[in-house]
Amino acid sequence: MAHSPNPVNPSDPMEPAQKPVTTIPTLAQAATERKTVAFTSALDRIRKTRPRSSKIPDSVFRLLILLTAASVFAIVVFIVWELVDKSRLSLHQFGLGFFYGRDWDPVNDQYGALPFVYGTLVSSFLALLIAVPLSVGVAVYVTEMCPIRLRSIISFLVELLAAIPSVIYGLWAIFVLAPLLRDRVQPLLAKTLGWTGLFTGPMYGIGMLAAGIILAIMIVPIIASITREVLSAVPQNQREAVLALGATRWEMIRMGVLRNARIGIVGAIILGLGRALGETMAVTMVIGNRPEISKSLFAPAYTMASVIANEFSEATGDLYLSSLVQIGLALFLVTLIVNALARLLVWSITGGTAGRVRA
Amino acid sequence: MIRALRVLLCIFALTVGVLAQTTLNGAGASFPYPIYSKWFSEYHNQHSDVQINYQSVGSGAGIRQVQAGTVDFGATDGPMTDEQIAASKVRVLHVPTVLGAVVPAYNIPGVSGEVKFPPDVLAGIFLGKITNWSDATLAKANPDIKFPNQNITVVHRSDGSGTSYIFTDYLSKISSDWSNTTGKGTSVKWPVGVGGKGNEGVAGMIRSLPGSIGYVELIYALQNKINYGSVKNKSGAFVKASLESTTAAAQGVKMPPDFRVSITDPPGKNAYPIASFTWLLIPTNPADKKKAQMLKDLVQWCLTTGEAMVTSLSYAPLPKEVADKALDTLKQQVK
Repeated sequence: MAHSPNPVNPSDPMEPAQKPVTTIPTLAQAATERKTVAFTSALDRIRKTRPRSSKIPDSVFRLLILLTAASVFAIVVFIVWELVDKSRLSLHQFGLGFFYGRDWDPVNDQYGALPFVYGTLVSSFLALLIAVPLSVGVAVYVTEMCPIRLRSIISFLVELLAAIPSVIYGLWAIFVLAPLLRDRVQPLLAKTLGWTGLFTGPMYGIGMLAAGIILAIMIVPIIASITREVLSAVPQNQREAVLALGATRWEMIRMGVLRNARIGIVGAIILGLGRALGETMAVTMVIGNRPEISKSLFAPAYTMASVIANEFSEATGDLYLSSLVQIGLALFLVTLIVNALARLLVWSITGGTAGRVRA
Repeated sequence: MIRALRVLLCIFALTVGVLAQTTLNGAGASFPYPIYSKWFSEYHNQHSDVQINYQSVGSGAGIRQVQAGTVDFGATDGPMTDEQIAASKVRVLHVPTVLGAVVPAYNIPGVSGEVKFPPDVLAGIFLGKITNWSDATLAKANPDIKFPNQNITVVHRSDGSGTSYIFTDYLSKISSDWSNTTGKGTSVKWPVGVGGKGNEGVAGMIRSLPGSIGYVELIYALQNKINYGSVKNKSGAFVKASLESTTAAAQGVKMPPDFRVSITDPPGKNAYPIASFTWLLIPTNPADKKKAQMLKDLVQWCLTTGEAMVTSLSYAPLPKEVADKALDTLKQQVK
């Protein structure tokens, strides 16, 4: 391969000006060339007009940006340090057994976090199970099939759902969702799917199932709106190409759109999961607040965020307080692990390469 | 940092001049918050040089803040334990202010009348030993009520609260099973049931769960017109909670010199058995003598003039002899 003799741009063998005249430059190449010329001339203009002293703002700017980036790091380190420091007493008392202890008894100073970890994880994954198909469906409809006039209305309504305070969701769940579940949904589930063991026991309405459903409603707007953005970022020619190959509309959406957008969609799901893991108010109002591990989704449960919110202000003993802080540490760790797993999932889908479309 | 802030504050106060009002900071129990805020704003109207900030952050946080000296006074629904007093650097006096009661509220399909609860039945329900409304013990205590064959769902508070403390304190006194397995506290390990957040959460769950029973503050039940049952007291009478029967619970109770007394299950004939004082926590030897005097004047006013306004907010007033004794002790102990 001969090196280009052009001293201005030696690394670009495709420089159109160096090509034999017989090759007709493509439209794209011509466009690139025009852009390059425009860019270099603009750069020259800046260089000529700029006084030398303006290098100082550059370095100040760099320092400022570095500081803002470092502050995120510092905040995380500070939080972890505080959590570990304040939970030292219970760490010392229970060791790692705290994380798999099942007993939570403030009167006798016995503390174990497992029922709360279980409640947080199960309610969040239940929420994802319901919310992901729903919100991806909403996003696909809005970007691919929806009449334009309806599109803005649906998008507006989805974003409106995100703006409702969680205490309102909680109240609605107590007075509307829980009676509905108790009188209609749970008897039906018990009759048809009772054999799985997931839908047995007394039907209170409130409990793990209600918490999962209310969380799902709360994270649908997050997942749906980000997925919609991601789907509309898929280049139009992808769709046209798949359609041109004779695909049906469903095949076009599956192969041309969803396949290209999968990393962005996973990103949206992770954000939704983050909200579900940390949600406190709405969940604590309907989950039943009982620190027990039960297979049945009808049974009451408890989450980490809820127990901290419920018991912190009235906690008197030092060990009690320390254990509540350690629950916070456990929540932090669980969030970290779940996020790491999700990141691994993204990597395994893409095989290590960056995705074509990102959120 | 804090010292620098204080210096700044002092300079600020000096520049504003002698007209500046003194602020007393308090924190603690949320149960007496409505009456405290009424008292404190009323007191400020009459004494414009004193401003009182009260934050209802919960009894536990109130005790912690008094111990740490970050507030001028605290407030709590459950008295400090001996360990807490031993661990505290600040000596405090418990001053009872008003009385509260906790009532059993229920939702039994087909039953609208007042259900009578003998203590052992109440304990049996909350221990999970009595699981159906058609249980013979309930029928025996309520011969004129026909109970349905319906499972009992227990509803308790999920947030730590003085209400739970009073209720579990009562159950601990009347049932050895309860005191051995669960005990008393602002949060306990409940043998059965589901948890609702706050009085409103418990009441909401009771309303929406047929066959449920829970406990709420008397004030909350009165203001929201919730049906509740009567409880058999120590002298054998079924007493329904009211402001009078709550005050009666505090009469004839032998008062210890430090006022840390539980009045659940009291001896009086008209006494409602699930009642309790709520206390202000006053440091006995604070550094700022001027503030200490102001605080004493404030408490003096609350327990005399202030007691007259508590019934309008559905609180039960202190019996006269308790208020007098508390004021005497305050004069002697707080310097």
